[in-house]
Amino acid sequence: MIDLSRYRKDFPILNQTVKGRPLIYLDNAATAQKPLQVIGTVDQYYREYNSNVHRGLHTLSERATRAYEKAREKVARFIHAPRSEEVIFTRNTTESINLVAYTWARKFLKAGDAILLTEMEHHSNLVPWHLLREEKSIELRFIPVTPRGELDLQHLKQLLDGVRLVSVTHMSNVLGTINPVEVITEEAHAAGAKVLIDGAQAVPHMPVNVQDIDCDFYAFSGHKMCGPTGVGVLWARAEILRDMPPFLGGGEMIHEVHLNHSDYADIPNKFEAGTPNIAQAIGLGAAVDYLSRVGMENILQHEQEIGALAIEKLKSIKGLRIFGESEKRGAAISFEIEGVHPHDIATILDEQGIAIRAGHHCAQPLMRKFNVQSTARASFYFYNVPEEIDILVDALKTAKRLFGYVT
Amino acid sequence: MSLDALYQEIILEHYKNPRNFGKLDESRAKAHYENPSCGDQIDLQIVLNDDMVVEDIRFQGRGCAISQASASLMTEAVKGKPLDEVQKIIESFTSLMTGEGEITVELGDLEALEGVKKFPVRVKCAMLGWTALKSLLERETKS
Repeated sequence: MIDLSRYRKDFPILNQTVKGRPLIYLDNAATAQKPLQVIGTVDQYYREYNSNVHRGLHTLSERATRAYEKAREKVARFIHAPRSEEVIFTRNTTESINLVAYTWARKFLKAGDAILLTEMEHHSNLVPWHLLREEKSIELRFIPVTPRGELDLQHLKQLLDGVRLVSVTHMSNVLGTINPVEVITEEAHAAGAKVLIDGAQAVPHMPVNVQDIDCDFYAFSGHKMCGPTGVGVLWARAEILRDMPPFLGGGEMIHEVHLNHSDYADIPNKFEAGTPNIAQAIGLGAAVDYLSRVGMENILQHEQEIGALAIEKLKSIKGLRIFGESEKRGAAISFEIEGVHPHDIATILDEQGIAIRAGHHCAQPLMRKFNVQSTARASFYFYNVPEEIDILVDALKTAKRLFGYVT
Repeated sequence: MSLDALYQEIILEHYKNPRNFGKLDESRAKAHYENPSCGDQIDLQIVLNDDMVVEDIRFQGRGCAISQASASLMTEAVKGKPLDEVQKIIESFTSLMTGEGEITVELGDLEALEGVKKFPVRVKCAMLGWTALKSLLERETKS
């Protein structure tokens, strides 16, 4: 297995005990930890050059503006966007998807048009479209999920008939499945539909190239990729962004304002009304630098290896069922143990210093599909080490024993 | 150890073999409660006779050991009791969970749930059935 454990020292939070045991952090699909390089960058901004961007004529403001725009360039390069002005800073993936729903979809979709989603979407890629449907009589369709936890693309061509937008997750936050977004995009474009990819789980864990995917919109969050909370990204093709009306109105996003009307600024400012999340965006730039140094290919390799090892060892526990058996998958692993509810598992693990997630993972339709109320989920990142899997497996056996089951 | 304090034998036993589990006649008063953050759910039905005594009570639910055992223990505690005593049991159990207010009645087996207090995020699990019971009684006594 590729050894990336040398990076653990950059994450001070990992070096602590919880309930008297060394912390084992396996809730990375919810949010990732932050390295000193990111914490230091945010700290430095507030200590040395905190000021507003784009309008100050003073030294600090110029420095803040340069750092903020530099972060935009770094993010653009990281996802291989052709132009940095195509990178819009939002709060998170949810806001990025809502931005597309509230602006592009409201302007360009009309009654009778269809949007194609999938059964494995996070609520953030379902609810914005439910809200849109309340306003416009659009139709929502869903690519089904197979029992193995993969998208069933057999009937994709028929499903695409009359579809104007396909919005699909790049990597499932529950099943770990990496979806063939290139194939879906090609088919969608052939049918005349635009494509939005929810990359919240993909960008932190694998190399992403929006030009190779050839999608039209790509959304992701900073906090899942070692960046601060409160900053996310919407990437979209420049010509599409220019055709879209603004999302929020206010300062920073205007060209000229009169009492009764205003002209809007060009992209990206058109979509960044008000004082933006300056510290967070600059922090995200530092996170991108950090991840690039570790190497996204290395991170992907590590996660596929540690994910495969974790699945193999988890399967040795009798009565444990894993959801999502795709060959192409990341290291978010959902499971249940017969007779022990996921919340009880999470509490018992926490008592041993292990942080996992239990619940519906904001994917209730997928839970229903697999006929479960909730699952437990262990999700790994590059700083996790194989020894942590063994401790996890032992703790799960303890949970079974506590509930009176033979392990 | 604190885990043993949380998952006492009696709790696990009620989780595996819930008492008063099932459904009454459809016509009986019913409350459905769900904890949206975790998906735990409970359906509770109750029969109050003319003397305002809990003649029968049943629940069905899906959820963690704490929520289901607490509901099961609750049905045992209130079955056959007059309404005013049931109210005291509800108040006393709420006090046991929150550490606020007074415990005015003997809680018996329900005391096994005291360990939950040390796990603040799990208190809402323990309270699920009780919240359903409270709202059901409010509705029933109004009508």
